[in-house]
Amino acid sequence: METLERIVMAHPFFAGLESELGPLIAGCAKNLRFTAGQYLFRSGEPANEFYLIREGTVALEIQPPGQPPVVYATETTGDIVGTSWLVPPYRWNFDARATTPVRAISLDATCLRNKCEADHHLGYEMLKRFLPEISQRLDDARLQMLDVYARPKR
Amino acid sequence: MTGSELSIGCKYLLPLAGLQALIEVLATRGYLVLGPALRDGAIIYDEITTLADLPAGWTDQQDAGRYQLARRDDNALFGYAVGPQSWKKFLLPPTETIFTAHRTADGFAIAERAPPPPKFAFLGVRACELAAIAIQDKVLLNGPYTDTSYQSRRSKNFLIAVNCGTAGGTCFCVSMQTGPAAQSGFDLALTELITPGAHEFLVTAGTREGAEILATLPTQPATPNHIAQADAIIAHTAANMGRTLDTTGLKDRLQANLTAPQWDDVAARCLSCGNCTMVCPTCFCTSVEDHSDLSGQTATRTRRWDSCFTLDFSYIHGGSVRAEPASRYRQWLTHKLANWWDQFGTSGCTGCGRCVTWCPVGIDITAEAAAIGSENGNT
Amino acid sequence: MSDPFLPTPYRVTSARQELSDVTTLELTPEHGAIPAFQPGQFNMLYAFGVGEAAISISGDPADPTRLIHTIRSVGAVSAALANTQPGTTLGLRGPYGTAWPCAASEGQDIIFIAGGLGLAPLRPAIRHTLANRARYGRVTLLYGARDPSGLLYRTELEHWRTLLDVDIHITVDHADPSWHGNVGVVPRLIPRLGLDPLNTTAMVCGPEIMMRYSATALHDSGLPLERIHVSLERNMKCAIGLCGHCQFGADFICKDGPVFRYDLVAPRLAIREL
Repeated sequence: METLERIVMAHPFFAGLESELGPLIAGCAKNLRFTAGQYLFRSGEPANEFYLIREGTVALEIQPPGQPPVVYATETTGDIVGTSWLVPPYRWNFDARATTPVRAISLDATCLRNKCEADHHLGYEMLKRFLPEISQRLDDARLQMLDVYARPKR
Repeated sequence: MTGSELSIGCKYLLPLAGLQALIEVLATRGYLVLGPALRDGAIIYDEITTLADLPAGWTDQQDAGRYQLARRDDNALFGYAVGPQSWKKFLLPPTETIFTAHRTADGFAIAERAPPPPKFAFLGVRACELAAIAIQDKVLLNGPYTDTSYQSRRSKNFLIAVNCGTAGGTCFCVSMQTGPAAQSGFDLALTELITPGAHEFLVTAGTREGAEILATLPTQPATPNHIAQADAIIAHTAANMGRTLDTTGLKDRLQANLTAPQWDDVAARCLSCGNCTMVCPTCFCTSVEDHSDLSGQTATRTRRWDSCFTLDFSYIHGGSVRAEPASRYRQWLTHKLANWWDQFGTSGCTGCGRCVTWCPVGIDITAEAAAIGSENGNT
Repeated sequence: MSDPFLPTPYRVTSARQELSDVTTLELTPEHGAIPAFQPGQFNMLYAFGVGEAAISISGDPADPTRLIHTIRSVGAVSAALANTQPGTTLGLRGPYGTAWPCAASEGQDIIFIAGGLGLAPLRPAIRHTLANRARYGRVTLLYGARDPSGLLYRTELEHWRTLLDVDIHITVDHADPSWHGNVGVVPRLIPRLGLDPLNTTAMVCGPEIMMRYSATALHDSGLPLERIHVSLERNMKCAIGLCGHCQFGADFICKDGPVFRYDLVAPRLAIREL
């Protein structure tokens, strides 16, 4: 457990977090490995955890019926995967697939949500870190939507 | 007095007949003499061979979106302000062939440009027009690349300035410090003096060639009386400008207010017709067009006047950068009155008033320039 | 004085299709030598009877014997140029414009950021930097494209990847699962670089929006705006400062650009339809 706490606190996502909160978070943590090609989760499944990527790359993709899957983002070493665990109805809206072997820490969603509800200070520290992530992804998604490299229309 | 060269800058008196002699001397020296002529209800520039070609006794009445000719009560040859044309009609022609190319066995060959144009003598150049020519010289001759066609026209140019005896209804050369008296850039400068007993010209030479030609004409030294008469005329013109433009801080104000709401005000009225750019003596924008004949063997490239008011002007990658009339008007005004300073070290406007007169909806550059970034937005 | 409006004849010696709508031409002059050029400059290429287009030079500035242009077919003129067969004669005027600050940035870390076809005008600067590697610190290339099929100069990218002293990061806006690299926008790659704000110069080339977002991300990482350089585009006609078309505020893209220091253009880029 003590080693897991050290790993969690060393991850860039939790940079600057007070050490007192470490045990709270580590209490919800598990060390995991995925092989290349393995899915971390699939669209429609309950969002029961989020992942700190220690090493490797994860592709976020959606498959329209009858078409090949579209990868619209990749997360890699030092990033996180998964924000849906924070927002009801706590369900994944896309697939997450390891494209390389991945070492990750998974944090149990129910465990963390309960602890944040009980300790609002922990809750605020979590949200303070998730909001910039979500905001950045929204900005990125808009930039992707502009399709800046496409052939001009006229 | 004739004989050897007269002094540059000294003032002489030229009788009316002397002006006719001047036209003839220039013609015999191979100049195509161009000057004001009455055509289609306006005073335009055309070939002049005798004094009878000039618009004697005519003046113009100008206001925003209005131009009409009226009879004077004298026979002044130059008793108007400026017409819809400027001398750029001859110096930077509306269309010009840049090259003709022919396919050859293994590619194509480019034929040189057409032979150089005739030497032009301009009779009746206003002070604001001298300033405009100097401005275009800076743009087209002093950059990293020279407009060789413009250069060949200008190198053989003979300019006879005529100081304005009448201020135009839309004139503001005083505000732009370009007139009404011609200061430099001319070969000869005239002021028309009409009294009950005489019709003559105060004349001064600005260059050696001007002095040489003046020496062939029937002149006398000007008397203090004549000089005073000419000064009074110019002072009277200066005191009767149709418009004023406050240029204090104008460049900075325009460049700092590129998103001011007043641009939309003028855009609501502007038709983007481009008249202003066509009549403006400093507007220099051109475009090139490539044509090929039906057989595909001969291609030509022509250059023609263009206007920043057209949608095509700023076209890239499937769209126009300046799609809205507001952004196109902004481009024209900020270029003319602000960016020109950064690019060429002067204002781009000489206060001739043509853009005000020839705008079909009467947009007034002096009013719009004052409005941008102002508190109430109205003038 | 020679007429700067007249093109010089050049012969196409090779035409290579890079992408479905992108071709690279190699040109050689009919007479005389290829004029020396600086990375970032462009030529006006003339297709007989069709017209001229401004195309960046994308070859090696140290090789005076080869003139390379990569052309994307977006209109009548560029399509005519892109479809030119070897042996055909084109007209050429140039080189024109300002250059990437390769000399001024010696001694610093260099970040090249390219988007889509923007890699073509940057390639001469990249080649110069790699050919003079000892004069620079860390060298990084960030390159983004629409999808993996839009990656330009793949062979060269793969070669640069093999160099031990260059970092290459490639990303695409979207991909299918056969792509094992990054997916996401170029600015997203910037925070991970750990760039040294005091000793880095960035040269950015691509669609204008992509350049603006990249410059912002560089700035957020601490890089002063005056150390960022971009290459801008506007309607180009004469390319010699006489026709007025390419004006961007008071600057003429043809002679004051196309390469600009970002701090000098950032306020204007924020104004719509300038």
